[in-house]
Amino acid sequence: MTAHRARRSGAEKVVRVAAGQGFWGDWLEAPVHQVQDGPIDYLMMDYLAEVTMSIMQKQKSRDARMGYARDFPPLMERILPDIVARGIRVTSNAGGVNPRGCADAVLEAARRLGLAGKVTVGLVSGDDILDRLDDLLARGHELRDMDTGRPLADIRDKVLSANAYIGMAPIVEALAGGANVVVTGRVTDTGLTLGPLVHEFGWDADDWDRIAAGTIAGHIIECGAQASGGNLLRDWRSVKGLANPGFPIVEAKADGSFIVTKHPGTGGVVSVPSVTEQLVYEMGDPHAYITPDGIADFTSIQLAPAGTNRVRVDGIRGGPRTPLLKVSIAYFYGYKAIGTLVYSWPEAFDKARAADRILRERLEALGLEFDQILTEYVGANATHGRLAGAPDPEAPEVQLRVGVRSRDKAAVERFTREIAPLVLTGPPSVTGFAGGRPAVEEIVAYWPALIDRREIEPHVRVELLTA
Amino acid sequence: MAQSSRPATMPIQLRYLAHARSGDKGDTANVGLIALDPEWYPLLVREVTRARVARHFRGMVSGVERFELPNLSALNFLLHGALDGGGTMSLKTDAQGKVYSTALLRMEIPVPVRLARRLRPSR
Repeated sequence: MTAHRARRSGAEKVVRVAAGQGFWGDWLEAPVHQVQDGPIDYLMMDYLAEVTMSIMQKQKSRDARMGYARDFPPLMERILPDIVARGIRVTSNAGGVNPRGCADAVLEAARRLGLAGKVTVGLVSGDDILDRLDDLLARGHELRDMDTGRPLADIRDKVLSANAYIGMAPIVEALAGGANVVVTGRVTDTGLTLGPLVHEFGWDADDWDRIAAGTIAGHIIECGAQASGGNLLRDWRSVKGLANPGFPIVEAKADGSFIVTKHPGTGGVVSVPSVTEQLVYEMGDPHAYITPDGIADFTSIQLAPAGTNRVRVDGIRGGPRTPLLKVSIAYFYGYKAIGTLVYSWPEAFDKARAADRILRERLEALGLEFDQILTEYVGANATHGRLAGAPDPEAPEVQLRVGVRSRDKAAVERFTREIAPLVLTGPPSVTGFAGGRPAVEEIVAYWPALIDRREIEPHVRVELLTA
Repeated sequence: MAQSSRPATMPIQLRYLAHARSGDKGDTANVGLIALDPEWYPLLVREVTRARVARHFRGMVSGVERFELPNLSALNFLLHGALDGGGTMSLKTDAQGKVYSTALLRMEIPVPVRLARRLRPSR
């Protein structure tokens, strides 16, 4: 028994779940600090955003060994010795569209570290329904786009990836089976936190208030430091130490109440405002935050200060899960490119606007077909549109930013060759073209759908693999 | 009706009354608007109406929904059609609506003169 575990035995049991990554590309030092700077029981690392699965699918199609968050195995190699020594367990959806490849890489890392026999990876699969799509469609599942209502058949031949969001159940099973690292595909962000709490406290799967509490705990920490001072608008100048931000940690109790905090000595802040900003992030109808595990009511959440960098969360109410699971489908749409040039004072905005007009005339004269041409003036109104008011004629510089989207790759490629010529054939005082021609990007679009959970859950598998 | 007894008001930007964070779901941006002082939450509920927010963002969004979270002294707005297709389709700098929150903070609402002077002494 390590010291921090022994501390539990006297009073009420507390389980500490720490956030290590809030997205694929987050600060690589965070999980190391979470493991080394203080006591935690679980480290949860969320890697998957809506578009991430399709990026991973693309990588897997080029190399069958890829398709997962490649940051994850090297990170695990750094922290596995501490995790094993301290009895910390990891939950992560780093597996993406190739959880087996990811699990194998972690096991290899464990062997390299001489931890053979001490690391068991719980491999969760069954969320990936790409190979089952035609069967599902043939049996009458239309997988209509939740936003547009169009049936999937319209774009079936362009589908790149298809994954159902699955909940905490397989994580609980893997932990009960002794896994110290659980690697999943498209398990919900919140399930990575809820799973450990259900495992530790033995909550029933239909104890809706506690399921909601664990879900909201997960929501608060799933974006990493965004709950602990990062991207915090309120009094942003007063947030100190962001060179070493303390990522958030949940200290949960069996009744579903919990404290949000961070390790002592780290930067950032955990406060009622910092937690509130994260709670409203990506919020829909606050009465019904729907997950595969249940429905959480955000209007029931009570927050209270509980000491320095400590916020108490309780009162959370929930409701029964729905018979449907969300499916995240990615499909190939077409191409896009974005070109930029910088115009300087005086009259920077007017010069940039004149350049845009010339560019558009040339594109039209070439007869190129675009779904859309979008012009923004960075430094004048790119993010606030007309709300930004009239552009300042004294602005030191304005960046012209023109984007195009088309199904026709040749049109987009031609567009990328029309930016540089403006330097010598357009308005004066222009710079910022050192980067060369803009890249033509493939657009992988997102298609959210719903499916009967009975089509998915029988296929979910948990395997325990020991290094 | 004692309508005339209402105190005189002056307009003030929401930035002095609230903080905010925004995110996305497809082509919809959400803005969570949080009162800087819980005492001002009723003022936000009364003045930052769905219709006024729709007018504020006219031409930029196709529809607005509003939800109340008195427990967090917060309002949540869903701004539909705000992201030019959203996700990877959008050509916008702010394709994921990360700073739509600050665009809402530009909105002015009428507040009692006394409060406005306290928040913005220069005026």
